[in-house]
Amino acid sequence: MSQLRPDLAIIADNVSPGSRVLDVGCGDGALMAALRDQRQCDARGLEIDGGNVAAAMARGLSVVQGDADTDLADYPDAAFDYAILSQTLQTTRHPDLVLEHLLRIGRRAFVSFPNFAHWRMRASLLTHGRMPITRQLPLRWYDTPNIHHLSIDDFRDFLKTRGITVEGCWFLAGERRRGSTMANLLAAHAVFLLRR
Amino acid sequence: MSDDARFGLGRTVKLPGPLRLDGGAMLAPVEIAYETYGTLAPDGGNAILVCHALTGDQHVASEHPRTGKPGWWSRVVGPDKPIDTNRFFVICANVLGSCMGSSGPASIDPETSAPYAMAFPVITIRDMVRAQAMLLDHLGIGRLFAVVGGSMGGMQALSWTATYPERVASAVVIASTARHSAQNIAFHEVGRQAVMADPRWSNGDYYASGEGPSAGLAVARMAAHITYLSEAGLTEKFGRKLQGRDAKTFGFDADFQVESYLRYQGISFTDRFDANSYLYITRAMDYFDLAEEHGGLLANAFRHSGTRFCVVSFDTDWLYPTSESRAVVRALNAAAAAASFVELSSPFGHDAFLLENAELARVIDGFLRAGESR
Repeated sequence: MSQLRPDLAIIADNVSPGSRVLDVGCGDGALMAALRDQRQCDARGLEIDGGNVAAAMARGLSVVQGDADTDLADYPDAAFDYAILSQTLQTTRHPDLVLEHLLRIGRRAFVSFPNFAHWRMRASLLTHGRMPITRQLPLRWYDTPNIHHLSIDDFRDFLKTRGITVEGCWFLAGERRRGSTMANLLAAHAVFLLRR
Repeated sequence: MSDDARFGLGRTVKLPGPLRLDGGAMLAPVEIAYETYGTLAPDGGNAILVCHALTGDQHVASEHPRTGKPGWWSRVVGPDKPIDTNRFFVICANVLGSCMGSSGPASIDPETSAPYAMAFPVITIRDMVRAQAMLLDHLGIGRLFAVVGGSMGGMQALSWTATYPERVASAVVIASTARHSAQNIAFHEVGRQAVMADPRWSNGDYYASGEGPSAGLAVARMAAHITYLSEAGLTEKFGRKLQGRDAKTFGFDADFQVESYLRYQGISFTDRFDANSYLYITRAMDYFDLAEEHGGLLANAFRHSGTRFCVVSFDTDWLYPTSESRAVVRALNAAAAAASFVELSSPFGHDAFLLENAELARVIDGFLRAGESR
């Protein structure tokens, strides 16, 4: 079993065993495999890249090739205990609609995303005056799939206006977890557990 | 290897029936030609039914008796292949209406002691599936580990999951569709009209004459064959290259390689296939609309389904394009069924499912192994 990405490890640790889970943007199925093997979950995935889908299917996972922006509407209400969106929110065309679907399909939702207000980003933008290129966000402005950058505070504001409840939140700096103090400045990555 | 005479290559069984068909007729007896590979587990839990396409047959992984060619899916079915006959007991049966030993228009009608010809009842995909279920009863197989098929075989796999949900643990549906589109029906109608326009067709009563409508059937096959290939594939293989000559002849010989190739495909097809069977099976495909059988809503076909699904399409398949597979997947998702779907890349159009494809092999293998560990 390979090491899970830190944000995925947080999610895996906090999913109740035996749950039904939909992983939106599941990549090659690393989190799904962990949830299946370690938490006895019934995991399903949605993934846009055909190579990733084939890899996930070859490891025996139920993954559908599709696009979070267009294909979530096909899933019935409350079909899953958890809907998971890890490192995908900022790549969607309509993040608000995707979140609405997530909370409709899943009774709870995990959402993880890179924090664009992390101090490294701020420093990079301030000193160079250019879109930051970091380990978290290594691509240039024209070839990045991340078309809707957001900060932790942006996300909190959004949740408040939409009346979405936060059941838990975790923050990462580098590979390590850190506290919520000044998270918008000090955390490079955030994981939220949400419900309607 | 089992000593049981029901198992092995080149088997035929005559079941008393009757089989009530969707069109209302009763068919009796019901003959089914089939092959089995591998060994049935003591609990019967390792049986995989492979369903063949329009002009396919039961020789999925054994030499074809007329053409001498290897089985049509020997890349996928066999020892250590994705459908591994060391692990699985594989059954492949000639479909109802066909001409390789199962009941079809060339079979003898017990009422007249002559071939049915056009007196054979029109059949549906679901009738084919019901006949396969009768065969499984005969073989003592209650529940299938998996039903697998490409093209028309995929339609049978879908129909299996809707008709006998409790008898199918997993289904693999490749390069297929849940209904025939207007374009699909249109191409089939061209083929049928080509057969019927051949004077040797004689309203289907050609069996005694020894000469069937091979010219018409060859044209039908030529038209159909184009739909199995991609435009890019044809261009790459033939382009505008001339056949064994340096210049155009200003005549109607097969100047172009693509013409020569299609003529060969058409003529060689008539050596191995019955023209009336072609009419009956294309009709069955045209009538196929799984949603229609379930109140017009495809998701209803999969409601409460405990079957795991694996749906695969190919990006250059324009006969049953990815959009048709997506419609199936949408319905599966709406029914909260366990579904996987991937569009694989291949330059070979619809035919890709029959050809070497490492990704297809990996996907089938992974999907089946996941079923074993449950």
